[in-house]
Amino acid sequence: MIEEIKIGKDEILDVCLKLKESCDFLAFVTAVDYPERGLLELVYNLRSLTDNKNVILKVELPRENPEISSVAVVWPAAEWHEREIFDLFGVKFSGHPDLRRILLPEDWQGHPLLKDYVKPGVIKRPETIK
Amino acid sequence: MDLAKEVFQHVEKLPGGNLILTSTDKLFNWARSNSLWYLLFGLKCCAIEMMAAGASRYDMDRLGLMFRASPRQTDLMIVAGTVTAKMAPRIRLLWEQMAEPRYVIAMGSCSITGGAFFYDSYAAIKGVDEVVPVDVYIPGCPPRPEALIEGILKLQEKIKQESIVRR
Repeated sequence: MIEEIKIGKDEILDVCLKLKESCDFLAFVTAVDYPERGLLELVYNLRSLTDNKNVILKVELPRENPEISSVAVVWPAAEWHEREIFDLFGVKFSGHPDLRRILLPEDWQGHPLLKDYVKPGVIKRPETIK
Repeated sequence: MDLAKEVFQHVEKLPGGNLILTSTDKLFNWARSNSLWYLLFGLKCCAIEMMAAGASRYDMDRLGLMFRASPRQTDLMIVAGTVTAKMAPRIRLLWEQMAEPRYVIAMGSCSITGGAFFYDSYAAIKGVDEVVPVDVYIPGCPPRPEALIEGILKLQEKIKQESIVRR
């Protein structure tokens, strides 16, 4: 049984500090892009190794200039996950100790996992080729 | 012993003497083509086949190929896998650090044209020949160790055609 909690973006640090009392392990942080709803959704998968339970935190952010507090102060494991989300989705994590690109080259323009990302020079797959 | 026979084809022995006469081209090409030390790096799944070709079952050592971990001691770079936009400058740097004469093998469809990442990929370079000059292309996804060894034999043939005058 996995608990799923939706919270607002301003509550993230308070909720995470409270959850840290039982959930000692941050499995991953990831993001989903919903361009038709104008939303970016952050997903935090937490695990309690003592109680053997999973908790999923979901936070919705606006697609334009998304910004949220970093939870790297709560779980240090979040640091690289948040760098990856910054790299591929462009979410700014305020309070992050070292917010740089982690996968792409440092001089890269844009954030490739956003649905409306286009890079000049990318060859589109023709409809006839599956 | 076959190698010894091969080099003595180009050697003339003086009667009663202990000198040999040959051309520097033939001697150098024989030495270079049979001591191709390759750079120890793999980029993706082709690297597994390259490792298999270097291990005891296929045993590239018997052709004089050994891996070296430093580009400064290598003659051959086997580009085994997809070249990404982030890796491309590093490949170029490794290639520039290799001493001449240096050779490059593009192994697998990814390093020839981009392969499975030709369409819709923002990160893959469409062939390693955009970054470094390539001597031999080995098709396959991934090529079997036999195909890699065939490519190396083709490269040895190519080296044997060379002359130090042109280099």
